[in-house]
Amino acid sequence: MDYVIEMLNITKEFPGIIANDNITLQLKKGEIHALLGENGAGKSTLMSVLFGLYQPEKGTIKKEGKEVKINDPNAANALGIGMVHQHFKLVHNFTVLQNIILGVETTHNGLLRMDDARTKVVSLSKRYGLSVDPDALIQDITVGMQQRVEILKMLYRDNEILIFDEPTAVLTPQEIDELMKIMKDLAAEGKSILFITHKLNEIKEVADRCTVLRKGKLVGTVDVADTSIEQMSEMMVGRKIDFAVEKADVEPGEPVLEVRGLTVGGKHTKKSVKDVSFTVRKGEIVCIAGIDGNGQSELVYALTGLQPIEKGQILINGKDITHLSIRKRNAEGMSHIPEDRHKHGLVLDYSLEENLVLKCYYTPIFQKNGFLKFQKINEYANCLIAKYDIRSGQGAKTIARSMSGGNQQKAIVAREIDLGPEILIAVQPTRGLDVGAIEYIHKQLLSQREEGKAVLLISLELDEVMDISDRILVIYEGEIVGELDPKTATLQELGLYMAGGKRDERSEAI
Amino acid sequence: MILLKKLLNIRGFNNATSSIVAIFAGLLFGFIILLISNPSQAVDGFIIILKGGFSTGGKGMGQVMYFATPLILTGLSVGFAFKTGLFNIGASGQFIMGAFAAVYIGVKWTFIPAPFHWMVALLAATIVGGLWALIPGLLKAYLNVHEVISTIMMNYIGMYLANFLVKSTVYDSKKALSMNVAESAVLPKGGLDKIFYNPIGSSGAVDLSTVNSGFYIALVVAVIMFIVLNKTTFGYELKACGFNQNASKYAGINEKRSIVLSMVIAGALAGLGGGLLYLSGASGRHIKAVDVLAAEGFNGIPVALLGLSNPIGIIFSAIFISYITLGGNYLQTLNFVPEIIDVIIACVIYFSAFALLFRNILPRLLKWRMDAAEIKNERGNE
Ligand SMILES: Nc1ncnc2c1ncn2[C@@H]1O[C@H](COP(=O)(O)OP(=O)(O)OP(=O)(O)O)[C@@H](O)[C@H]1O
Ligand SMILES: [Mg+2]
Repeated sequence: MDYVIEMLNITKEFPGIIANDNITLQLKKGEIHALLGENGAGKSTLMSVLFGLYQPEKGTIKKEGKEVKINDPNAANALGIGMVHQHFKLVHNFTVLQNIILGVETTHNGLLRMDDARTKVVSLSKRYGLSVDPDALIQDITVGMQQRVEILKMLYRDNEILIFDEPTAVLTPQEIDELMKIMKDLAAEGKSILFITHKLNEIKEVADRCTVLRKGKLVGTVDVADTSIEQMSEMMVGRKIDFAVEKADVEPGEPVLEVRGLTVGGKHTKKSVKDVSFTVRKGEIVCIAGIDGNGQSELVYALTGLQPIEKGQILINGKDITHLSIRKRNAEGMSHIPEDRHKHGLVLDYSLEENLVLKCYYTPIFQKNGFLKFQKINEYANCLIAKYDIRSGQGAKTIARSMSGGNQQKAIVAREIDLGPEILIAVQPTRGLDVGAIEYIHKQLLSQREEGKAVLLISLELDEVMDISDRILVIYEGEIVGELDPKTATLQELGLYMAGGKRDERSEAI
Repeated sequence: MILLKKLLNIRGFNNATSSIVAIFAGLLFGFIILLISNPSQAVDGFIIILKGGFSTGGKGMGQVMYFATPLILTGLSVGFAFKTGLFNIGASGQFIMGAFAAVYIGVKWTFIPAPFHWMVALLAATIVGGLWALIPGLLKAYLNVHEVISTIMMNYIGMYLANFLVKSTVYDSKKALSMNVAESAVLPKGGLDKIFYNPIGSSGAVDLSTVNSGFYIALVVAVIMFIVLNKTTFGYELKACGFNQNASKYAGINEKRSIVLSMVIAGALAGLGGGLLYLSGASGRHIKAVDVLAAEGFNGIPVALLGLSNPIGIIFSAIFISYITLGGNYLQTLNFVPEIIDVIIACVIYFSAFALLFRNILPRLLKWRMDAAEIKNERGNE
């Protein structure tokens, strides 16, 4: 059997942890090979070794049977290996085209030759259906678009082996469908793809084989066609996962969060949220569903005080918080799991424990006369780490930057839920989490609800929306266009509302 | 081997080693320049630089501490700003404005009772330095003007303004220097005069060093800054803003206020440095009122870099740079032209400041070497 790439007995250690312990992975030409494992299992690390970002302590890499040494990403590139990282690596104030050619610019007498590059990029994007505007700035385009740029970057470099590290975590369901199709096309052309994801149905859909890791060790490689989703998840977690969510009956109580006529933007910018009103009551999970970019982010920023509002009123437990500072809103019982964990959620250069007290370091439990109580902070952090199973190399002292993406997310979720909020605003709370962690977070959200707390969930994940919410509000172009009951609504109906094809005739959403 | 490996994993050890390696590299580079400029006396010259302050006995060591005092403060100024995510290139302006405030009060406000006179003068230096940095701080926080640009401009404004103010208020035109401050405004010796002097003949007369309790103040301030940065909620907030402004805002920290405060504190430190240097009596430094930016301010940058912005590290790096600078001055006893001396000293200082670079490379290099050696050993054992 010929393999394009073989990673044999790879071992990679980090302080306090063996991220990859004697792992062997063989990639066939033209196959889509999935890599599955819990958060922190070592998937990104293994791929970074292949891409030359880390040097393994032990093990060899072979390309087409010949042993190769991959010292840095340039060497990987020369071997035709490209990677789309879990957190994109694009220059935000460069254009799409500039980002694509960065590092492999064609020059003539030392001057950039953009025309050739442009022709190539345009023809590549036509051929693979990756439509992008080559002159748009990265900071102005959606995450889905940014990902296309990352894919084009690999294709522009004529890479034959393509690594996708959790590409679908940041995409909308529509974009995921498109990506799956693109990946199949690429594989059909003879490119070999390594694909990391936590979503087992995606593996079922596109992958030929799947390698499973657990806690840095290899569990095995299976043919996807002969393995069920349940079997794969059991291989990965080591126990059976309960996919069905059990919801107790809770009678909603008093209103906790009331939003009245909220409008964001307008004077100088486009109106992104238009006259939105709704209420979230005690013991209720209300979900805002919608296609990405329809005003969800702005709505959340307005509620949490990160962005000023144009008009309207926001109340928590009857108290007007419209003009309160972020700190005061938190004190009124508002918690926020943000959309972008690196931008808002974490101070990446702080340790895990410092990040876990980011919202409460100033309370008397953790400080006295302005001096931090490190002992208390450490105890609290260790308690959250145990409760939420946050895995990292050096426990509470681990620098957040070095943690795996899913464990970073778990840290944020732990911090926000443990504040014991009256209203939890959770944006994509399970993004990038493994099935076990998702199960746990869903249980936590439901127990919030049972305790009579309110949850406002913003999610692009339709299964999640249907499974755990009590009411669904659909947002379209900044307006709430419909309210659905997940018990009776169908996915088709929801999709129709989200695409703007239908709206409730109602004067006020309650 | 294992011990060495363990040591390598300790951050503090790594940092100190990298600074020391950087210093050696700087010295080597300086030696090369010595060789180029004056080959026959290069070795002698190098020895003089190495002997630094020791060349002239007890007084020399005192002078090292005296000149290290303002460097500790400007180093803290740059380092503190850096830890909170700001580049304070404006220590020169803050320093000289603080210096003027101190000298002005030292000369003119003789109505203040003796034990308080120097304290008030120092306080004024601190406040004026802080105010001088307030402007770039506000510009950064509210108008997003980059602090590098605004602090550089404030340097020139500060220099010309201080010269103008000195010349029009406290200038001694005969000596072309600022006037001596009143006796009550001179910092007390704090016992340092008992240690740092050179005896003259056998009569018991002494040639005293200028060092005074300003050095103690600098040490105390460094320790305070260390505590503020590492132990308090205030430091936690400022550092969080430096690392990630968005996340700080999200956490409810007033990030604009933090930027302004960081800048003001940095300025206050540099201003205090100005006060400490110039409140030192007739034998000490005086403001020259010439159109040159204060070197103490700029040298705060290499001091902070070499100390890796750690307040305690900064104490040592300031002493080192003061030591080497004095050593350089003694080069004049050989046939070195003053300009070349400046070049050599600047090379040693700035080359050493590449410590940051070494910090990242050194552990990797060492680890790689050791791993290679280990593998060889293993193979050998098989
Ligand atoms: N640069 C690093 N320094 C130290 N430890 C690291 C570093 N990168 C990863 N680790 C550790 O190695 C382990 C594996 O991390 P990795 O990012 O490979 O996980 P992953 O399988 O990709 O998880 P996720 O699904 O959460 O992205 C984690 O425990 C992480 O803390
Ligand atoms: Mg990962």
